[in-house]
Amino acid sequence: MSTPTLAAPVGQRPTLSPEVRARSGRGHPGEGRAAWILAIPFTVLFAAFTVWPVVQSLFMSFTDTRQRDLRTPFSVNFIGVDNYVRALTDPVFVKAAANTAYFVLVGVPLTLAVALLAAVALDKGITRLRSVYRLGFYTPVITSIVAVAVVWRFILQPESGLLNTVLGWFGVQGPNWLGDPAWSMPSLIMMAVWRNFGTGMIIFLAGLQSVPYSLQEAAAIDGANGWQRFWNITFPLLRPTLLFVSVTTAVGYLQFFEEPFVMTSGGPLNSTISLSMYTYNQFGYGNYGLAAAMSYLIFVVIAVVTALQFRLLRENT
Amino acid sequence: MLGSRNPYGRALVHVVVTVALLVVIAPFIWMVLGSFKGEGEIRRVPPTWWPEAASLDNYTQLFARLDFGTYFTNSVIVALVVTAGNLLFCSMLGYALALLRFPGKRALLAVVLGTLMIPGVVTFVPLFVIVANAGLIDSLPGLFLPFLVTPFGVFLMRQFISGLPPDLLDAGRVDGAGELGIFARIILPLCGPALATLGILTFLGSWNNFLWPLVVAQTESHYTLPVALALYSTGQNNTQYGLLLAGACVVVLPLLVVFLIFQRHFVEGIATTGIK
Repeated sequence: MSTPTLAAPVGQRPTLSPEVRARSGRGHPGEGRAAWILAIPFTVLFAAFTVWPVVQSLFMSFTDTRQRDLRTPFSVNFIGVDNYVRALTDPVFVKAAANTAYFVLVGVPLTLAVALLAAVALDKGITRLRSVYRLGFYTPVITSIVAVAVVWRFILQPESGLLNTVLGWFGVQGPNWLGDPAWSMPSLIMMAVWRNFGTGMIIFLAGLQSVPYSLQEAAAIDGANGWQRFWNITFPLLRPTLLFVSVTTAVGYLQFFEEPFVMTSGGPLNSTISLSMYTYNQFGYGNYGLAAAMSYLIFVVIAVVTALQFRLLRENT
Repeated sequence: MLGSRNPYGRALVHVVVTVALLVVIAPFIWMVLGSFKGEGEIRRVPPTWWPEAASLDNYTQLFARLDFGTYFTNSVIVALVVTAGNLLFCSMLGYALALLRFPGKRALLAVVLGTLMIPGVVTFVPLFVIVANAGLIDSLPGLFLPFLVTPFGVFLMRQFISGLPPDLLDAGRVDGAGELGIFARIILPLCGPALATLGILTFLGSWNNFLWPLVVAQTESHYTLPVALALYSTGQNNTQYGLLLAGACVVVLPLLVVFLIFQRHFVEGIATTGIK
């Protein structure tokens, strides 16, 4: 954008200069200059730490960049789509994709259901101390995953853990939650629901409070019971909120990384390794090009899933 | 006439919600109580709930033998710098994009909004390369520089400032305020609620940020709290459970206090943006 004005004194492309002046001239004198002074700090930092890495990552994904190339950036070779092929034919990557799908397909509906249930209960059933309940349900969201991991590893211990002790009171023999490949993923999903439903709950609460009281009243006069009112009035009006929460939750869950990283290291038997975590592992091994390709694959999946959800939930309104 | 008319139904909802609340916060209660227990008591089967001989030994050890004071200071510095950067730079651009006319505005807005959805994993590797080439690995600037601005911050501030009356600008100009003076003296003071929301969300995100500091901070003097706790819980101290629980409390409780103080802004911010 600044090239025309820079180029003008040398006599190149002088025709662009008046156009620029005209565009900023619509505002007040000094407005354009002030705007750019305000925009410069953000733009510089953003270009350096977001835009440039996004571009570089794409470039890197088509090269054989490894850790040792850090100091000699011109020694890397362009290898086309080899990294993408290598990722998609890697059985561990495929396993990680399956695990991520499992986590998202079970975790997102469960999180939404618990969030909605909590929001409805707080909206309809609790009048006193509502903010105390809301605060309590939201606490797991603001908690560091590392602290959560320390506590939950105790709770999930097979012999002396809190959960299996409580289950024991009811005569149930709890499994080895994190050690059994069949139970490791359900354990992480349970933890993720616990940690994340608070966000959805607060957004649903705001959505529920915007449902007009008069509509509810009219339906009640027409003889609709509580369930019918919820299903036929509240729920359809909540659709935009539902779309919003399901998209943000799905985008977050598609990138799930911290839970397996701190709880299971992806094990046992790769049963909890996720796409993001496997990508990070490749970065750790120094395979930067491959890691960049994997990160772009995740990006594509996120974009597709988001677009799909918008279509699905919009169509039915 | 709406809602549950049946008093028993209402009581039942109360009981169920209260039990659910206890289940949700039980891990925290257990964490806090456990941090006062000795090693022997923590390993007992079946586990005890209330500490039999409560002591502050675990906390004394964290700050005397391990260096949790330093990690705490690092976490606070990084979170404060990141928050200040976001509040200042994002509100500056947010104002320009909301109310001012300038060349390149449309392109800038498109780039900012276009990057909102890009997952962090995409920028992670090149970001590490950039920071490494700049010689900032294992330094505090390496920890906070990449997070000083976020497209989300601009989005939030722009949304809020767009809702302010544009007449404010003309009023300021009539009164002879310069273009930058209008921002600093008229617009910024009106942005209180949006700044509070952005500030709290940013502070929270920075405090809990784990992966980046884990990779960048390589010597103990630059660890943040989550990094230190993660490394201790997998390192040679991994069997000192009382110590780990006390460490978890040190990570969680300060944030909980911040959260309690600014609760209202939190809730508003999340309800309008959905970002935690």
